[in-house]
Amino acid sequence: MEKTDKLIVTPQDFKLPESLELDCGKKLDNVVLRYETIGKLNADRSNAILICHALSGDAHVAGFHSVDDKKPGWWDEFVGSKKPIDTDKYFVICSNVIGSCAGSTGPRSINEATGKMYNMDFPVITIRDMVRAQKYLIDELGIDKLLAVVGGSMGGMQAMEWAINYPDRLLSCLPIATTSQLSPQSIAFDWVGREAIKYDPNYNEGNYSSDLPPSNGLSTARMLAHITYLSDESMLKKFGRSLQEKDDYSFNFNRDFAVESYLEHQGQRFVERFDANSYCYITRAMDYFDLAARHGNDLTNAFEYCKNVKFLVVSFSSDWLFPTSQSIEITRALIKNEVEVSFCEIESSYGHDAFLLEIDALGEMVSSFLDNVMQKGEA
Amino acid sequence: MDNFNLNSRKDWTVISNIIENGSRVLDLGCGDGAFLRYMIETKFISALGFERDQKEVAKCIANGVPVIKSDLDRKLDFALDKSFDYVIVSRTLQELTEPEVMLKEVLRVGKKAIVSFINFGYYENRLQLLFRGRMPESKYIPHKWYNTPNIHLGTIDDFKILCNELDIKILQTIPIGKSWGLPAKLWQNMFAPTCVFVLG
Repeated sequence: MEKTDKLIVTPQDFKLPESLELDCGKKLDNVVLRYETIGKLNADRSNAILICHALSGDAHVAGFHSVDDKKPGWWDEFVGSKKPIDTDKYFVICSNVIGSCAGSTGPRSINEATGKMYNMDFPVITIRDMVRAQKYLIDELGIDKLLAVVGGSMGGMQAMEWAINYPDRLLSCLPIATTSQLSPQSIAFDWVGREAIKYDPNYNEGNYSSDLPPSNGLSTARMLAHITYLSDESMLKKFGRSLQEKDDYSFNFNRDFAVESYLEHQGQRFVERFDANSYCYITRAMDYFDLAARHGNDLTNAFEYCKNVKFLVVSFSSDWLFPTSQSIEITRALIKNEVEVSFCEIESSYGHDAFLLEIDALGEMVSSFLDNVMQKGEA
Repeated sequence: MDNFNLNSRKDWTVISNIIENGSRVLDLGCGDGAFLRYMIETKFISALGFERDQKEVAKCIANGVPVIKSDLDRKLDFALDKSFDYVIVSRTLQELTEPEVMLKEVLRVGKKAIVSFINFGYYENRLQLLFRGRMPESKYIPHKWYNTPNIHLGTIDDFKILCNELDIKILQTIPIGKSWGLPAKLWQNMFAPTCVFVLG
Protein backbone atom coordinates (compact mmCIF):
# COMPACT_ATOMS: atom_id res chain seq x y z
CA MET A 1 0.00 0.00 0.00
CA GLU A 2 1.24 3.49 -0.86
CA LYS A 3 1.77 5.61 2.17
CA THR A 4 -0.34 8.33 0.62
CA ASP A 5 -3.30 5.93 0.60
CA LYS A 6 -3.26 5.68 4.34
CA LEU A 7 -6.32 7.02 6.04
CA ILE A 8 -5.03 9.28 8.81
CA VAL A 9 -7.41 10.02 11.65
CA THR A 10 -6.88 12.38 14.55
CA PRO A 11 -8.35 11.63 17.96
CA GLN A 12 -10.28 14.50 19.49
CA ASP A 13 -11.49 15.22 23.00
CA PHE A 14 -14.87 16.59 23.95
CA LYS A 15 -15.72 17.76 27.45
CA LEU A 16 -19.34 17.34 28.53
CA PRO A 17 -20.97 20.72 29.23
CA GLU A 18 -22.43 19.53 32.53
CA SER A 19 -22.03 16.73 35.00
CA LEU A 20 -23.23 13.34 33.86
CA GLU A 21 -26.07 11.80 35.81
CA LEU A 22 -25.56 8.11 36.32
CA ASP A 23 -27.85 5.14 36.89
CA CYS A 24 -26.26 4.53 40.30
CA GLY A 25 -27.58 7.92 41.42
CA LYS A 26 -24.24 9.67 41.49
CA LYS A 27 -22.97 12.40 39.20
CA LEU A 28 -19.71 12.43 37.36
CA ASP A 29 -18.07 15.81 36.78
CA ASN A 30 -15.70 16.96 34.05
CA VAL A 31 -16.36 14.00 31.81
CA VAL A 32 -14.21 13.90 28.70
CA LEU A 33 -14.94 11.73 25.68
CA ARG A 34 -12.22 10.72 23.27
CA TYR A 35 -13.60 10.34 19.76
CA GLU A 36 -12.58 10.01 16.15
CA THR A 37 -14.48 10.81 12.98
CA ILE A 38 -13.98 9.64 9.41
CA GLY A 39 -15.61 11.01 6.28
CA LYS A 40 -17.61 14.18 5.79
CA LEU A 41 -20.90 15.20 7.32
CA ASN A 42 -23.18 16.13 4.41
CA ALA A 43 -25.05 19.41 4.14
CA ASP A 44 -28.28 18.16 5.70
CA ARG A 45 -26.39 16.19 8.34
CA SER A 46 -28.14 12.98 7.41
CA ASN A 47 -25.20 10.64 6.81
CA ALA A 48 -23.78 10.22 10.31
CA ILE A 49 -23.19 6.74 11.68
CA LEU A 50 -22.18 6.15 15.28
CA ILE A 51 -20.10 3.04 15.84
CA CYS A 52 -20.03 1.72 19.39
CA HIS A 53 -17.06 -0.36 20.46
CA ALA A 54 -16.87 -3.53 22.50
CA LEU A 55 -15.31 -4.20 25.93
CA SER A 56 -11.69 -3.74 24.99
CA GLY A 57 -12.18 -1.40 22.03
CA ASP A 58 -11.55 2.31 21.70
CA ALA A 59 -12.40 5.31 19.55
CA HIS A 60 -9.86 4.26 16.96
CA VAL A 61 -12.21 2.28 14.74
CA ALA A 62 -10.34 2.56 11.45
CA GLY A 63 -7.37 4.14 9.73
CA PHE A 64 -4.04 5.13 11.24
CA HIS A 65 -2.96 7.84 13.65
CA SER A 66 0.07 8.80 11.58
CA VAL A 67 1.79 7.93 8.33
CA ASP A 68 4.23 5.72 10.23
CA ASP A 69 1.55 4.08 12.37
CA LYS A 70 1.58 0.33 11.69
CA LYS A 71 -1.52 -0.69 13.59
CA PRO A 72 -4.89 0.18 12.03
CA GLY A 73 -8.10 0.73 13.98
CA TRP A 74 -9.99 -2.24 15.40
CA TRP A 75 -12.57 -2.46 12.57
CA ASP A 76 -10.38 -1.21 9.76
CA GLU A 77 -11.47 -3.89 7.31
CA PHE A 78 -15.08 -2.91 7.85
CA VAL A 79 -14.92 0.87 7.96
CA GLY A 80 -13.31 3.07 5.34
CA SER A 81 -13.40 4.12 1.74
CA LYS A 82 -15.27 1.50 -0.38
CA LYS A 83 -15.60 -0.75 2.65
CA PRO A 84 -18.91 -2.06 4.05
CA ILE A 85 -19.37 1.11 6.10
CA ASP A 86 -18.21 3.34 3.29
CA THR A 87 -16.65 6.55 4.56
CA ASP A 88 -16.95 8.05 1.08
CA LYS A 89 -20.69 8.11 1.75
CA TYR A 90 -20.99 8.23 5.50
CA PHE A 91 -19.66 10.35 8.32
CA VAL A 92 -18.49 7.84 10.90
CA ILE A 93 -18.16 8.69 14.58
CA CYS A 94 -16.65 6.41 17.20
CA SER A 95 -16.20 7.49 20.80
CA ASN A 96 -14.44 5.74 23.61
CA VAL A 97 -16.85 4.69 26.39
CA ILE A 98 -16.66 6.25 29.81
CA GLY A 99 -14.97 3.95 32.30
CA SER A 100 -12.40 3.05 29.70
CA CYS A 101 -8.69 3.77 29.65
CA ALA A 102 -8.30 4.90 26.05
CA GLY A 103 -8.87 8.62 26.37
CA SER A 104 -12.33 9.00 27.88
CA THR A 105 -12.87 9.58 31.59
CA GLY A 106 -12.38 6.39 33.56
CA PRO A 107 -11.16 5.08 36.91
CA ARG A 108 -7.54 6.03 36.15
CA SER A 109 -8.49 9.61 35.29
CA ILE A 110 -7.71 12.38 37.77
CA ASN A 111 -10.61 13.28 40.00
CA GLU A 112 -10.47 17.07 39.94
CA ALA A 113 -12.04 17.24 43.37
CA THR A 114 -9.13 15.39 44.98
CA GLY A 115 -6.33 15.80 42.47
CA LYS A 116 -5.83 12.04 42.54
CA MET A 117 -6.89 9.15 40.36
CA TYR A 118 -10.41 7.94 40.99
CA ASN A 119 -9.54 4.25 41.10
CA MET A 120 -12.25 2.61 43.20
CA ASP A 121 -13.88 6.00 43.91
CA PHE A 122 -15.02 6.00 40.32
CA PRO A 123 -18.77 5.37 40.33
CA VAL A 124 -20.04 2.08 38.94
CA ILE A 125 -21.36 2.87 35.50
CA THR A 126 -23.86 1.17 33.18
CA ILE A 127 -24.19 0.74 29.45
CA ARG A 128 -26.91 3.38 29.52
CA ASP A 129 -24.51 5.80 31.22
CA MET A 130 -22.05 5.26 28.38
CA VAL A 131 -24.78 6.12 25.89
CA ARG A 132 -25.92 9.16 27.88
CA ALA A 133 -22.40 10.54 27.58
CA GLN A 134 -22.30 9.80 23.83
CA LYS A 135 -25.52 11.72 23.33
CA TYR A 136 -23.81 14.92 24.51
CA LEU A 137 -21.22 14.38 21.80
CA ILE A 138 -23.82 13.84 19.09
CA ASP A 139 -25.57 17.02 20.25
CA GLU A 140 -22.27 18.88 20.11
CA LEU A 141 -21.65 17.65 16.55
CA GLY A 142 -25.02 19.11 15.58
CA ILE A 143 -26.55 15.83 14.45
CA ASP A 144 -30.28 15.64 15.06
CA LYS A 145 -30.69 12.22 13.60
CA LEU A 146 -28.07 9.54 13.24
CA LEU A 147 -28.45 7.44 10.13
CA ALA A 148 -27.44 4.42 12.18
CA VAL A 149 -25.97 3.29 15.46
CA VAL A 150 -23.89 0.16 14.89
CA GLY A 151 -22.14 -2.05 17.39
CA GLY A 152 -20.95 -5.58 18.03
CA SER A 153 -21.03 -7.27 21.44
CA MET A 154 -21.04 -4.53 24.10
CA GLY A 155 -21.31 -2.10 21.20
CA GLY A 156 -24.61 -3.73 20.27
CA MET A 157 -25.85 -3.18 23.81
CA GLN A 158 -25.09 0.52 23.41
CA ALA A 159 -26.82 0.59 20.03
CA MET A 160 -30.00 -0.82 21.62
CA GLU A 161 -29.77 1.70 24.50
CA TRP A 162 -29.66 4.43 21.86
CA ALA A 163 -32.84 3.14 20.24
CA ILE A 164 -34.61 2.74 23.58
CA ASN A 165 -33.58 6.02 25.21
CA TYR A 166 -33.40 8.33 22.20
CA PRO A 167 -35.64 6.72 19.57
CA ASP A 168 -36.11 9.99 17.71
CA ARG A 169 -32.36 10.51 17.36
CA LEU A 170 -31.62 7.59 15.04
CA LEU A 171 -33.07 6.08 11.89
CA SER A 172 -31.63 2.62 12.32
CA CYS A 173 -30.01 0.37 14.88
CA LEU A 174 -27.66 -2.54 14.18
CA PRO A 175 -27.05 -4.73 17.24
CA ILE A 176 -24.55 -7.42 16.20
CA ALA A 177 -23.50 -10.51 18.16
CA THR A 178 -25.09 -9.18 21.29
CA THR A 179 -27.74 -9.79 23.92
CA SER A 180 -30.48 -7.93 25.74
CA GLN A 181 -29.29 -9.18 29.10
CA LEU A 182 -26.06 -10.71 30.25
CA SER A 183 -26.56 -14.40 30.99
CA PRO A 184 -25.46 -15.92 34.31
CA GLN A 185 -22.75 -17.74 32.38
CA SER A 186 -21.31 -14.45 31.10
CA ILE A 187 -21.62 -12.86 34.53
CA ALA A 188 -19.71 -15.83 35.90
CA PHE A 189 -16.86 -15.38 33.43
CA ASP A 190 -16.68 -11.67 34.28
CA TRP A 191 -16.57 -12.49 37.98
CA VAL A 192 -13.69 -14.93 37.65
CA GLY A 193 -11.80 -12.40 35.52
CA ARG A 194 -12.18 -9.69 38.13
CA GLU A 195 -11.25 -12.10 40.90
CA ALA A 196 -8.00 -12.82 39.06
CA ILE A 197 -7.28 -9.09 39.07
CA LYS A 198 -8.17 -8.71 42.75
CA TYR A 199 -5.87 -11.56 43.75
CA ASP A 200 -2.91 -10.04 41.94
CA PRO A 201 -0.42 -8.93 44.66
CA ASN A 202 -0.05 -5.58 42.90
CA TYR A 203 -3.74 -4.82 42.97
CA ASN A 204 -3.82 -2.88 46.26
CA GLU A 205 -7.60 -2.41 46.31
CA GLY A 206 -7.40 -0.73 42.93
CA ASN A 207 -4.86 1.85 44.11
CA TYR A 208 -1.94 0.29 42.27
CA SER A 209 0.86 2.39 40.90
CA SER A 210 1.06 2.88 37.18
CA ASP A 211 4.56 1.41 37.21
CA LEU A 212 3.42 -1.77 38.89
CA PRO A 213 -0.11 -2.63 37.76
CA PRO A 214 -1.79 -5.99 38.44
CA SER A 215 -0.67 -7.30 35.08
CA ASN A 216 -0.77 -10.99 35.91
CA GLY A 217 -4.34 -10.72 37.11
CA LEU A 218 -5.43 -8.68 34.10
CA SER A 219 -3.63 -11.03 31.76
CA THR A 220 -5.38 -14.03 33.32
CA ALA A 221 -8.74 -12.27 33.04
CA ARG A 222 -8.07 -11.60 29.37
CA MET A 223 -6.99 -15.17 28.66
CA LEU A 224 -10.16 -16.49 30.24
CA ALA A 225 -12.34 -14.02 28.37
CA HIS A 226 -10.53 -14.69 25.12
CA ILE A 227 -11.56 -18.34 25.25
CA THR A 228 -15.18 -17.19 25.30
CA TYR A 229 -14.61 -15.20 22.10
CA LEU A 230 -13.50 -18.29 20.17
CA SER A 231 -15.24 -21.59 19.52
CA ASP A 232 -14.32 -25.20 19.99
CA GLU A 233 -14.23 -25.56 16.22
CA SER A 234 -12.10 -22.47 15.58
CA MET A 235 -9.60 -23.53 18.26
CA LEU A 236 -9.43 -27.00 16.80
CA LYS A 237 -8.82 -25.56 13.33
CA LYS A 238 -6.32 -22.96 14.46
CA PHE A 239 -4.28 -24.94 16.98
CA GLY A 240 -5.35 -28.53 17.09
CA ARG A 241 -3.21 -30.24 19.74
CA SER A 242 -0.02 -28.98 18.15
CA LEU A 243 2.92 -28.16 20.37
CA GLN A 244 4.67 -24.81 20.43
CA GLU A 245 8.29 -24.95 19.22
CA LYS A 246 8.84 -28.47 20.48
CA ASP A 247 8.33 -32.04 19.39
CA ASP A 248 7.34 -33.65 22.64
CA TYR A 249 5.69 -32.94 25.97
CA SER A 250 7.97 -31.28 28.49
CA PHE A 251 6.45 -33.17 31.43
CA ASN A 252 6.19 -29.99 33.45
CA PHE A 253 3.66 -27.17 33.68
CA ASN A 254 5.25 -24.64 31.38
CA ARG A 255 3.51 -24.06 28.14
CA ASP A 256 3.63 -26.96 25.72
CA PHE A 257 0.65 -26.41 23.45
CA ALA A 258 0.20 -23.83 20.71
CA VAL A 259 -3.12 -22.82 22.24
CA GLU A 260 -1.41 -22.09 25.57
CA SER A 261 1.17 -19.98 23.85
CA TYR A 262 -1.51 -18.12 21.93
CA LEU A 263 -3.46 -17.26 25.08
CA GLU A 264 -0.30 -16.19 26.86
CA HIS A 265 0.47 -13.88 23.97
CA GLN A 266 -3.06 -12.45 23.98
CA GLY A 267 -2.83 -11.82 27.71
CA GLN A 268 0.53 -10.09 27.44
CA ARG A 269 -0.54 -7.89 24.56
CA PHE A 270 -3.67 -6.90 26.43
CA VAL A 271 -1.92 -5.61 29.56
CA GLU A 272 0.20 -3.33 27.39
CA ARG A 273 -2.87 -1.43 26.28
CA PHE A 274 -5.54 -1.94 28.90
CA ASP A 275 -6.07 -1.03 32.51
CA ALA A 276 -7.22 -3.41 35.24
CA ASN A 277 -9.64 -1.00 36.92
CA SER A 278 -11.24 -0.15 33.60
CA TYR A 279 -11.63 -3.86 32.96
CA CYS A 280 -13.48 -4.24 36.26
CA TYR A 281 -15.75 -1.24 35.66
CA ILE A 282 -16.65 -2.11 32.09
CA THR A 283 -17.34 -5.78 32.77
CA ARG A 284 -19.54 -4.69 35.68
CA ALA A 285 -21.47 -2.40 33.35
CA MET A 286 -22.11 -5.41 31.14
CA ASP A 287 -23.15 -7.57 34.12
CA TYR A 288 -25.80 -5.01 34.99
CA PHE A 289 -27.09 -4.82 31.44
CA ASP A 290 -30.65 -6.12 31.36
CA LEU A 291 -33.12 -4.33 29.10
CA ALA A 292 -36.08 -6.42 30.22
CA ALA A 293 -35.49 -5.80 33.93
CA ARG A 294 -36.01 -2.07 33.52
CA HIS A 295 -39.30 -2.73 31.74
CA GLY A 296 -41.24 -5.02 34.03
CA ASN A 297 -39.17 -8.05 33.04
CA ASP A 298 -40.69 -7.92 29.57
CA LEU A 299 -38.30 -7.21 26.74
CA THR A 300 -41.23 -6.32 24.47
CA ASN A 301 -41.95 -3.30 26.66
CA ALA A 302 -38.35 -2.15 26.31
CA PHE A 303 -38.76 -1.46 22.61
CA GLU A 304 -42.18 0.13 22.92
CA TYR A 305 -41.08 3.49 21.53
CA CYS A 306 -38.80 2.19 18.76
CA LYS A 307 -41.46 1.92 16.06
CA ASN A 308 -39.72 4.38 13.75
CA VAL A 309 -36.28 2.81 14.10
CA LYS A 310 -35.27 0.16 11.59
CA PHE A 311 -33.29 -2.75 13.03
CA LEU A 312 -30.80 -5.19 11.62
CA VAL A 313 -30.01 -7.88 14.20
CA VAL A 314 -27.15 -10.25 13.40
CA SER A 315 -25.79 -13.27 15.26
CA PHE A 316 -23.17 -15.89 14.42
CA SER A 317 -23.82 -19.62 14.50
CA SER A 318 -20.81 -20.56 16.65
CA ASP A 319 -21.05 -17.65 19.10
CA TRP A 320 -21.68 -19.28 22.47
CA LEU A 321 -21.04 -16.13 24.51
CA PHE A 322 -24.03 -14.31 23.00
CA PRO A 323 -25.71 -17.13 21.14
CA THR A 324 -28.28 -16.80 18.36
CA SER A 325 -31.11 -17.55 20.78
CA GLN A 326 -30.40 -14.22 22.50
CA SER A 327 -30.59 -12.32 19.21
CA ILE A 328 -33.85 -14.11 18.43
CA GLU A 329 -35.19 -12.85 21.79
CA ILE A 330 -34.40 -9.31 20.71
CA THR A 331 -35.92 -9.84 17.27
CA ARG A 332 -39.05 -11.36 18.73
CA ALA A 333 -39.55 -8.40 21.07
CA LEU A 334 -39.13 -6.02 18.15
CA ILE A 335 -41.63 -7.89 15.97
CA LYS A 336 -44.16 -7.86 18.77
CA ASN A 337 -43.87 -4.06 18.70
CA GLU A 338 -44.29 -4.12 14.90
CA VAL A 339 -40.86 -2.58 14.55
CA GLU A 340 -39.28 -3.02 11.11
CA VAL A 341 -36.58 -5.60 11.75
CA SER A 342 -34.38 -7.99 9.85
CA PHE A 343 -32.53 -10.78 11.57
CA CYS A 344 -29.85 -13.06 10.23
CA GLU A 345 -27.71 -15.72 11.84
CA ILE A 346 -24.50 -15.87 9.82
CA GLU A 347 -22.82 -19.26 9.49
CA SER A 348 -19.36 -18.98 11.00
CA SER A 349 -16.91 -21.07 12.96
CA TYR A 350 -15.17 -18.07 14.55
CA GLY A 351 -17.32 -17.87 17.68
CA HIS A 352 -18.09 -14.49 19.21
CA ASP A 353 -15.13 -12.88 17.45
CA ALA A 354 -16.91 -13.54 14.14
CA PHE A 355 -18.32 -10.01 14.22
CA LEU A 356 -14.78 -8.75 13.68
CA LEU A 357 -13.81 -11.46 11.20
CA GLU A 358 -16.78 -12.29 8.96
CA ILE A 359 -16.21 -9.13 6.96
CA ASP A 360 -17.75 -10.34 3.68
CA ALA A 361 -20.99 -11.91 4.90
CA LEU A 362 -21.65 -9.26 7.54
CA GLY A 363 -20.42 -6.46 5.28
CA GLU A 364 -22.80 -7.34 2.47
CA MET A 365 -25.80 -7.17 4.78
CA VAL A 366 -24.73 -4.06 6.68
CA SER A 367 -23.83 -2.06 3.58
CA SER A 368 -27.03 -2.86 1.68
CA PHE A 369 -29.11 -2.26 4.80
CA LEU A 370 -27.49 1.16 5.29
CA ASP A 371 -27.98 1.97 1.59
CA ASN A 372 -31.71 1.35 1.94
CA VAL A 373 -31.99 3.39 5.15
CA MET A 374 -30.08 6.24 3.51
CA GLN A 375 -32.24 6.09 0.36
CA LYS A 376 -35.53 6.06 2.18
CA GLY A 377 -34.42 8.64 4.71
CA GLU A 378 -37.08 9.67 7.15
CA ALA A 379 -40.36 7.99 6.37
CA MET B 1 -35.81 -4.53 -8.19
CA ASP B 2 -35.36 -3.84 -11.88
CA ASN B 3 -35.86 -7.32 -13.25
CA PHE B 4 -38.75 -8.50 -11.13
CA ASN B 5 -41.41 -10.12 -13.27
CA LEU B 6 -44.72 -10.61 -11.55
CA ASN B 7 -45.80 -12.92 -14.36
CA SER B 8 -42.99 -15.34 -13.72
CA ARG B 9 -45.29 -16.92 -11.17
CA LYS B 10 -49.00 -16.93 -11.74
CA ASP B 11 -49.83 -17.29 -8.06
CA TRP B 12 -48.08 -13.97 -7.38
CA THR B 13 -50.58 -12.05 -9.49
CA VAL B 14 -53.42 -13.82 -7.74
CA ILE B 15 -51.98 -13.18 -4.28
CA SER B 16 -51.21 -9.53 -4.92
CA ASN B 17 -54.79 -9.04 -6.11
CA ILE B 18 -56.15 -10.50 -2.88
CA ILE B 19 -54.09 -8.33 -0.54
CA GLU B 20 -55.52 -4.92 0.25
CA ASN B 21 -53.37 -1.80 0.26
CA GLY B 22 -51.63 -1.10 3.54
CA SER B 23 -52.00 -4.64 4.92
CA ARG B 24 -49.49 -6.14 7.33
CA VAL B 25 -48.16 -9.22 5.57
CA LEU B 26 -45.97 -12.11 6.67
CA ASP B 27 -44.48 -14.25 3.90
CA LEU B 28 -43.19 -17.66 4.99
CA GLY B 29 -40.46 -18.74 2.60
CA CYS B 30 -40.03 -15.38 0.92
CA GLY B 31 -36.91 -16.21 -1.12
CA ASP B 32 -35.05 -13.07 -2.24
CA GLY B 33 -37.95 -10.86 -1.16
CA ALA B 34 -38.64 -9.58 -4.69
CA PHE B 35 -42.36 -10.30 -4.44
CA LEU B 36 -42.66 -8.60 -1.06
CA ARG B 37 -40.75 -5.63 -2.39
CA TYR B 38 -43.16 -5.44 -5.29
CA MET B 39 -46.07 -5.35 -2.85
CA ILE B 40 -44.34 -2.80 -0.61
CA GLU B 41 -43.96 -0.52 -3.61
CA THR B 42 -47.35 -1.09 -5.23
CA LYS B 43 -49.63 -1.96 -2.33
CA PHE B 44 -47.80 -0.12 0.44
CA ILE B 45 -47.91 -3.17 2.66
CA SER B 46 -45.91 -3.50 5.84
CA ALA B 47 -43.99 -6.68 5.13
CA LEU B 48 -42.03 -9.30 6.96
CA GLY B 49 -40.42 -12.27 5.25
CA PHE B 50 -39.18 -15.57 6.60
CA GLU B 51 -36.37 -17.35 4.83
CA ARG B 52 -34.01 -20.09 5.89
CA ASP B 53 -31.23 -19.57 3.35
CA GLN B 54 -28.58 -17.04 4.37
CA LYS B 55 -27.88 -15.95 0.79
CA GLU B 56 -31.55 -15.28 0.12
CA VAL B 57 -31.80 -13.39 3.42
CA ALA B 58 -28.95 -11.15 2.27
CA LYS B 59 -30.84 -10.50 -0.97
CA CYS B 60 -33.97 -9.57 0.99
CA ILE B 61 -31.96 -7.06 2.99
CA ALA B 62 -30.57 -5.64 -0.24
CA ASN B 63 -34.15 -5.45 -1.51
CA GLY B 64 -35.08 -3.41 1.55
CA VAL B 65 -37.44 -6.13 2.73
CA PRO B 66 -37.50 -6.89 6.46
CA VAL B 67 -36.63 -10.56 6.80
CA ILE B 68 -36.00 -13.11 9.51
CA LYS B 69 -33.63 -15.98 8.90
CA SER B 70 -35.45 -18.92 10.35
CA ASP B 71 -36.31 -22.48 9.82
CA LEU B 72 -40.05 -22.65 9.28
CA ASP B 73 -40.28 -25.74 11.40
CA ARG B 74 -39.90 -23.41 14.34
CA LYS B 75 -43.17 -22.19 15.72
CA LEU B 76 -44.18 -18.61 14.95
CA ASP B 77 -43.91 -17.69 18.61
CA PHE B 78 -42.40 -14.30 17.77
CA ALA B 79 -45.78 -12.99 16.71
CA LEU B 80 -48.81 -12.02 18.73
CA ASP B 81 -52.20 -13.52 17.92
CA LYS B 82 -53.78 -12.06 14.78
CA SER B 83 -50.97 -9.53 14.41
CA PHE B 84 -50.78 -9.93 10.62
CA ASP B 85 -53.58 -9.26 8.15
CA TYR B 86 -52.25 -11.95 5.84
CA VAL B 87 -49.78 -14.78 6.18
CA ILE B 88 -48.57 -16.06 2.83
CA VAL B 89 -47.48 -19.67 2.63
CA SER B 90 -46.22 -19.75 -0.90
CA ARG B 91 -45.40 -23.24 -2.18
CA THR B 92 -43.69 -24.07 1.11
CA LEU B 93 -46.27 -26.11 3.00
CA GLN B 94 -45.17 -29.35 1.35
CA GLU B 95 -41.61 -28.83 2.62
CA LEU B 96 -42.51 -28.64 6.30
CA THR B 97 -42.14 -31.43 8.83
CA GLU B 98 -45.55 -30.76 10.31
CA PRO B 99 -47.64 -28.78 7.82
CA GLU B 100 -50.78 -29.17 9.89
CA VAL B 101 -49.12 -27.66 12.95
CA MET B 102 -47.86 -24.78 10.84
CA LEU B 103 -51.31 -24.19 9.37
CA LYS B 104 -52.73 -23.73 12.85
CA GLU B 105 -49.87 -21.40 13.79
CA VAL B 106 -50.37 -19.40 10.60
CA LEU B 107 -53.98 -18.77 11.47
CA ARG B 108 -53.10 -17.92 15.05
CA VAL B 109 -50.81 -15.05 14.00
CA GLY B 110 -52.70 -14.11 10.82
CA LYS B 111 -56.25 -12.91 10.39
CA LYS B 112 -56.18 -14.69 7.05
CA ALA B 113 -53.79 -17.07 5.37
CA ILE B 114 -53.01 -17.35 1.69
CA VAL B 115 -51.71 -20.78 0.80
CA SER B 116 -50.25 -21.37 -2.62
CA PHE B 117 -50.48 -25.10 -3.07
CA ILE B 118 -48.79 -27.49 -5.49
CA ASN B 119 -51.39 -30.04 -6.61
CA PHE B 120 -49.98 -33.53 -6.76
CA GLY B 121 -53.32 -34.69 -8.22
CA TYR B 122 -52.75 -32.70 -11.43
CA TYR B 123 -53.44 -34.99 -14.40
CA GLU B 124 -49.85 -34.78 -15.74
CA ASN B 125 -48.59 -36.06 -12.41
CA ARG B 126 -51.14 -38.85 -12.46
CA LEU B 127 -50.18 -39.82 -16.01
CA GLN B 128 -46.50 -39.95 -15.16
CA LEU B 129 -47.17 -42.25 -12.25
CA LEU B 130 -49.70 -44.34 -14.17
CA PHE B 131 -47.85 -44.83 -17.45
CA ARG B 132 -44.19 -44.29 -16.63
CA GLY B 133 -44.50 -45.85 -13.23
CA ARG B 134 -42.19 -43.13 -11.99
CA MET B 135 -42.62 -40.37 -9.43
CA PRO B 136 -43.81 -37.24 -11.23
CA GLU B 137 -41.43 -34.44 -12.18
CA SER B 138 -42.64 -31.14 -13.53
CA LYS B 139 -42.10 -27.39 -13.46
CA TYR B 140 -43.66 -27.35 -9.99
CA ILE B 141 -42.08 -30.58 -8.77
CA PRO B 142 -38.63 -30.31 -10.31
CA HIS B 143 -36.76 -32.68 -7.99
CA LYS B 144 -36.01 -36.38 -7.96
CA TRP B 145 -37.85 -38.49 -5.39
CA TYR B 146 -34.67 -38.88 -3.35
CA ASN B 147 -33.57 -35.25 -3.18
CA THR B 148 -36.85 -33.41 -3.10
CA PRO B 149 -37.49 -30.96 -0.25
CA ASN B 150 -41.17 -31.74 -0.82
CA ILE B 151 -41.82 -34.26 1.90
CA HIS B 152 -45.57 -33.74 2.21
CA LEU B 153 -47.10 -33.67 -1.22
CA GLY B 154 -50.86 -33.78 -1.43
CA THR B 155 -53.74 -33.08 -3.77
CA ILE B 156 -56.20 -30.20 -3.69
CA ASP B 157 -58.83 -32.58 -2.32
CA ASP B 158 -56.40 -33.75 0.39
CA PHE B 159 -55.83 -30.15 1.40
CA LYS B 160 -59.55 -29.42 1.62
CA ILE B 161 -60.05 -32.46 3.83
CA LEU B 162 -57.21 -31.32 6.11
CA CYS B 163 -58.71 -27.84 6.44
CA ASN B 164 -62.03 -29.41 7.35
CA GLU B 165 -60.39 -31.56 10.01
CA LEU B 166 -58.58 -28.56 11.45
CA ASP B 167 -61.75 -26.47 11.44
CA ILE B 168 -60.18 -24.02 9.05
CA LYS B 169 -62.54 -22.13 6.76
CA ILE B 170 -61.63 -21.97 3.09
CA LEU B 171 -62.77 -18.49 2.08
CA GLN B 172 -61.60 -18.62 -1.51
CA THR B 173 -60.27 -21.29 -3.85
CA ILE B 174 -58.45 -20.00 -6.90
CA PRO B 175 -57.18 -22.81 -9.12
CA ILE B 176 -54.37 -21.82 -11.41
CA GLY B 177 -54.12 -23.68 -14.71
CA LYS B 178 -52.00 -22.87 -17.71
CA SER B 179 -54.16 -23.38 -20.79
CA TRP B 180 -56.76 -25.28 -18.82
CA GLY B 181 -58.77 -22.26 -17.67
CA LEU B 182 -62.25 -23.75 -17.61
CA PRO B 183 -61.44 -27.41 -16.82
CA ALA B 184 -59.14 -26.17 -14.03
CA LYS B 185 -62.09 -24.34 -12.57
CA LEU B 186 -64.49 -27.24 -12.92
CA TRP B 187 -62.17 -30.11 -12.06
CA GLN B 188 -59.55 -28.43 -9.88
CA ASN B 189 -58.09 -31.58 -8.48
CA MET B 190 -57.44 -32.91 -11.98
CA PHE B 191 -56.58 -29.88 -14.06
CA ALA B 192 -55.07 -27.21 -11.78
CA PRO B 193 -51.30 -27.70 -11.30
CA THR B 194 -51.36 -25.20 -8.46
CA CYS B 195 -54.06 -23.53 -6.44
CA VAL B 196 -54.31 -20.52 -4.16
CA PHE B 197 -56.45 -20.86 -1.06
CA VAL B 198 -57.54 -18.05 1.18
CA LEU B 199 -58.11 -19.36 4.66
CA GLY B 200 -59.72 -17.74 7.65
